[in-house]
Amino acid sequence: MLYINCPHCGMRSQNEFSYGGDASVKRPELNKEVSDQEWDNFVYNRKSLRGKHLELWQHISGCRQWIKVERDTATHEIFRTFKADEEVA
Amino acid sequence: MTQAFRIENGGLINRDKKLSFKFNGKTYFGYEGDTLASALLANGVHLVGRSFKYHRPRGFFGAGVDEPYAVVQLYRNGETEPNIKATEQELFDGLEAKSVNCWPSVNFDIGAINNFLKIFLPAGFYYKTFMWPKSFWYRIYEPFIRKAAGLGVASTKHDKERYEHKYEYCDLLIAGSGPSGLAGAYAAAKNGAKVILAEDKPRFGGSLLTSDVNIGNQSGKDWAEGIIAELKTMPNVVVKNRSQIFGYYDHNMLVMSEKVSDHLPSTKKYHPNKRLWYIRAKEVLISSGSIERPIVFGNNDTPGVMLSSAAKEYLKVYGVLVGRKPLVFTNNDSGYETAIEFKKHGVDPVVLDSRKNAESEIIDEAKNLGINIKNSFVVVAAQGYKKVKSADIASISDDKKQLGKIENIQCDCICVSGFWTPTIHLASQSGNKTKFKEEIDAFVPGQSKQNEITLGAANGVFSLDETLKTSFKAGSELSKKLTKKDNEIAIPNVVEKKSSQHDKFWCVPLPKGKNYKRFLDFQNDVAVSDVEIALREGYRSIEHVKRYTTLGMATDQGKTSNLNGLQLVSEIENKVVPAVGHTTFRPPYTPVSIGAIVGREVGKHSKPTRKSPMHLWHEKNNAVFVDAGVWLRPRYYKRGNENLFEGSKREAKNVRTNVGVCDVTTLGKIDIKGPDAAELLNRVYTNAWMKLPVGKARYGVMLREDGIVMDDGTTTRISENHYHMTTTTAQAANVLSHLEYYLQLVWPELNVNVVSTTEQWAGAAIAGPKSRDLLQKLFPNSDVSNEGLPFMGFMERDLFGVKARIFRISFSGELAYEVNVESDYGNFMWEKIIELGEEFNIQPYGTEALSTLRIEMGHVAGSELDGRTIPFDNALEGLVSKKKDFIGKRSLQRSAFIAQDRQRIVGVVPLDKQTSIPEGSHLVKDDKAPLPNPKLGHISASCWSVEYDNPFSLAILKDGKNMIGQKLFAMSPLKNKVIPVEIVSSHYVDPKGERVRS
Ligand SMILES: [Zn+2]
Repeated sequence: MLYINCPHCGMRSQNEFSYGGDASVKRPELNKEVSDQEWDNFVYNRKSLRGKHLELWQHISGCRQWIKVERDTATHEIFRTFKADEEVA
Repeated sequence: MTQAFRIENGGLINRDKKLSFKFNGKTYFGYEGDTLASALLANGVHLVGRSFKYHRPRGFFGAGVDEPYAVVQLYRNGETEPNIKATEQELFDGLEAKSVNCWPSVNFDIGAINNFLKIFLPAGFYYKTFMWPKSFWYRIYEPFIRKAAGLGVASTKHDKERYEHKYEYCDLLIAGSGPSGLAGAYAAAKNGAKVILAEDKPRFGGSLLTSDVNIGNQSGKDWAEGIIAELKTMPNVVVKNRSQIFGYYDHNMLVMSEKVSDHLPSTKKYHPNKRLWYIRAKEVLISSGSIERPIVFGNNDTPGVMLSSAAKEYLKVYGVLVGRKPLVFTNNDSGYETAIEFKKHGVDPVVLDSRKNAESEIIDEAKNLGINIKNSFVVVAAQGYKKVKSADIASISDDKKQLGKIENIQCDCICVSGFWTPTIHLASQSGNKTKFKEEIDAFVPGQSKQNEITLGAANGVFSLDETLKTSFKAGSELSKKLTKKDNEIAIPNVVEKKSSQHDKFWCVPLPKGKNYKRFLDFQNDVAVSDVEIALREGYRSIEHVKRYTTLGMATDQGKTSNLNGLQLVSEIENKVVPAVGHTTFRPPYTPVSIGAIVGREVGKHSKPTRKSPMHLWHEKNNAVFVDAGVWLRPRYYKRGNENLFEGSKREAKNVRTNVGVCDVTTLGKIDIKGPDAAELLNRVYTNAWMKLPVGKARYGVMLREDGIVMDDGTTTRISENHYHMTTTTAQAANVLSHLEYYLQLVWPELNVNVVSTTEQWAGAAIAGPKSRDLLQKLFPNSDVSNEGLPFMGFMERDLFGVKARIFRISFSGELAYEVNVESDYGNFMWEKIIELGEEFNIQPYGTEALSTLRIEMGHVAGSELDGRTIPFDNALEGLVSKKKDFIGKRSLQRSAFIAQDRQRIVGVVPLDKQTSIPEGSHLVKDDKAPLPNPKLGHISASCWSVEYDNPFSLAILKDGKNMIGQKLFAMSPLKNKVIPVEIVSSHYVDPKGERVRS
């Protein structure tokens, strides 16, 4: 079970969180023309990387905040976590 | 009955407490502190079971967790449990056990015929044999495998035992209480660290209980006892025996199974049977020791052949002689230690040492005691069927390829030692890449992956002195980091005998003309010849060889077989062992009871149960409940002998003619506040929300980004910047997360807050033509006329002193209202409604009537919004704004979603107006078409229309828009029904929706 550092609450076990997918995906702005390809990429296409990956988790049984977690998908090592509005350098 | 093989004195058992037990129906005696294995051996019982494949006789091979043979069916306190290792099961008074894998008895076993047919059961047997013909599978192969498979029989009774889960945090978790674990625990505890020390056996001390060493002028055993006694007094230390750490998971989470009650005749009141510990440790010290490995020779599975360390343990811990004419076969000094113990107890062993000449303090002691030692000698084959009677032995050439003249010597047991294999399972599970250590012919942990360190024998270090020094140091340094304390500890002086280099020899060659079975894996009956076949057939990867031969795949997980298997592959393949590599170690290290894994989450505790504030009223009024997610909802209120069909029909009919009341507390409710609340709604719902006036409700549909309908419900504008959203019961949690996702990540600029208020409000839906009259009684001073409170209107009023919210919304399609009050007043509200509704013939109605009412009105619910439908499919396209953008809108342009013959909701009526159509039935054009019959749609929901008194269903049908009036067939192969049907409008009742506005 992963041990995730919620930037709001501190170290908590994985069972307090729910996974939310790739954090690098940006939703196209509302009311903007979007090509089929662009929309498909947003809705469906994911890289499914092996290695370091920035992903979204929601601390559903805690502060309910969505956070970003930098995690290695192969080793499960967690490097850093960020608040939703934090820029990831 | 006398315990013929129990020595007069000695051992750690309690001779004052005699225990009676039964094995295969026969009564024996043992002592408190025995295991089932030691007690059986004390009584001279060596035959405990039959092997898995060939049903060969099986005895005892080890004395603990590594035991591959002695697996029994245990009976305790009216319960039975399979797959119990006799070497681990502590004896208690009244214990009963039986052999497994044998029929009709362990002494005469029909299945042993496999032994003579073994030519038919080589490696890959299952893959090759059970492939064809297909028709044989159910009748012959499967029953055969089922009968032959498994080690015992699981109980089919409800398990009365209780199992617990416990979550724990510590600075240092230590796996194993041998010298390394004790030293590490002591040093860390002295620095104030929070320490958990786990030992799988009942006694602490590990190898110190059986080794002939001296620590700080005490015997190893006394030193261990002293350390444990002191640790137990320290508040920062938890010491746990009978506790096996079986899994090392991510981020230093380890799981331990504590056997709380297995050693007792029955579980004490309020105690669990087992307790599963989830431990998050900052640091982990793996001091799991090592397991002796066998040397492979002919018939090496005969009862009476066992590990030399096990023979020593039976003698020193339990005071039991495993034989009176022991033969010790060794390639290292450990065998001599066992021989010396035999000799000290008046038994004359013969030692066969594969080494030509070896000298050490231990060997000198053996020689001084006058033990018969034969160098460059090996056991070629054990002789005897149910018990070792003699051994064929021979000298062996220096290159270990040629055997000398074979002679036969009498013996009643063969104690074998092929050196030691570090127990690296936990380290490997942690992700540690293990490395091969040439000096010991075995793998040891490599670079630490998580915060773990492996020390002592588990790390391939067999010197006690070195183990203690490194472990004290590690315990002190690991704890110093965390506690910033540094209490110095005097490291005790160690006296131990030096041993000599072991022989890299593991398998005795077959003599000419002999074809003895030489077993590698004793539980799965995998012999040298099986691995040879696998390699000959082209299997190369050790992972494939493992699966093809089943080597190391039994419940002992190859604790005694893995390395010898690797040695064999490396020899045949002419590769070094590290190049072959070992198979992956996976948790659990030992079998874990399913009960312990499940814990308290059984029966009604397997999920939380949510009840509405009116639940007791429902109970008192004969509600029959149904699970709605985690909620319990009344399905119908039973009157007399009514069944579900009759009861729900009565309730639905009463709504259509009088008035009914339904508990709708379970609906998800989300409070939305902020100046941008309308903007949020406008973005997440498909329809327009910017102009909804205060005091009005609106129905909305929410999509996922892929255009599929996620949820529907009404949202009401309570005040300028305050909205009350309702969701379906099932989607309440998802919708909240969905809103939070967009607010926190996508549109952080929106000034809105959302919070779940599902549990803050109790809700009652009042529906039926007389609902307004009832509402007027409930709110006598309010104008609830069609003008005062129009359809989709909202007002806050006082319900006899309680603040109430009144929504004029309808799911039933009748004139209807929903009244919400704070949850604590839910029952008050409900009883008022029932009391004042009496004059209007009110009846409460449950979810079944609710379904009937919505189905015949063509209102969609979860069975239509099933994660596969878009608004059009549900005839909701009128709610999809063309002007504004919203979540999922772009996806609605996908070609499949705009196809002309797109599926759509329709009504379905059986032509005979009699036969109910099973939900899930397929709609087809031709009921006689060959299979697979092309499916045009499926029945999503069925009811008995109370309006028309005939069956009515909703369906999602291809090109549904143009199918009205068509005749099709509803087919349900599951219910074996073919029903001719007519397609009608989904709005079966009141298609113009006049009632809700009346
Ligand atoms: Zn949090």
